[in-house]
Amino acid sequence: MPRSPRSPDATRRGVLEQLGRADASITDLAEKFHMTLTGMKKHVGVLEQAGLVTTEKVGRVRTCKLGPRRLEEEAAWIERYRQLWDARFDELDKVVEELKRKEKVDGRKKRE
Amino acid sequence: MDARRESEVAPMKNRTTVERKSERELVVTRTFNGPARLVFEAWTKPELFRQWWVPKSMGMSLLSCEMDVRVGGRYRLEFAHGDSQSAFFGTYKEVTPHSRLVWTNEESDEGSVTTVTFAEKGGKTLLVMHELYPSKEALDAAGTGAADAMGETFEQLDELLVTLGASAGRS
Repeated sequence: MPRSPRSPDATRRGVLEQLGRADASITDLAEKFHMTLTGMKKHVGVLEQAGLVTTEKVGRVRTCKLGPRRLEEEAAWIERYRQLWDARFDELDKVVEELKRKEKVDGRKKRE
Repeated sequence: MDARRESEVAPMKNRTTVERKSERELVVTRTFNGPARLVFEAWTKPELFRQWWVPKSMGMSLLSCEMDVRVGGRYRLEFAHGDSQSAFFGTYKEVTPHSRLVWTNEESDEGSVTTVTFAEKGGKTLLVMHELYPSKEALDAAGTGAADAMGETFEQLDELLVTLGASAGRS
């Protein structure tokens, strides 16, 4: 399937998603996104300035990984997921309370 | 921000925890102030289940809820979200009354397997829900989807990227 050209934002988002799966070199990223090394360096530079990505040069290879800010985003995601279940379970508490109340009433009726 | 909210709630409220056990696993826990028998009932009777599964804060409504809770039995939940509708369905793999439920989620090939255990102690029930996804990507997507369902999105990140794009010049 022919790839439609990505906007710079889509490329940067894609790079973050990719780094969420595994660290990668700039060369890997350039290949993955069908870009020149220079083009990918620019994108990574922008993400690095924003704290979304960090890079480290080992030998001749510059490895990119998610930066502190992106990791916070991931923590935020877990927290939202927690809020969803917390909201559900608050409702479930009410259902359990209601069932307990009913059991008490029924138990009383049986004894009478 | 969360700490403040926690301190405001009634003392009887139990805490919900979520932990990402591995790239493919999420574990949610919560204690309920009632016997396992009743908590299990609330998970397995559709008329009870529908009272809690879609809290108001999700901004969705549950249109239908069918649950055939036995091994090999199926469930299907249909939701309305604004003008759009969606469904959540799958099969029960294990049903052990008052202690364990396992079901699959089959909307896509990337669906999870959910195991819920109910452990009673001193009249309270510790509920542990374990979700296993086929891949890290599937878990990420599901988590983001659930977060979106709470009426919030990752628009902030998109906005940030747009701002960065503008400041760095469109390359």
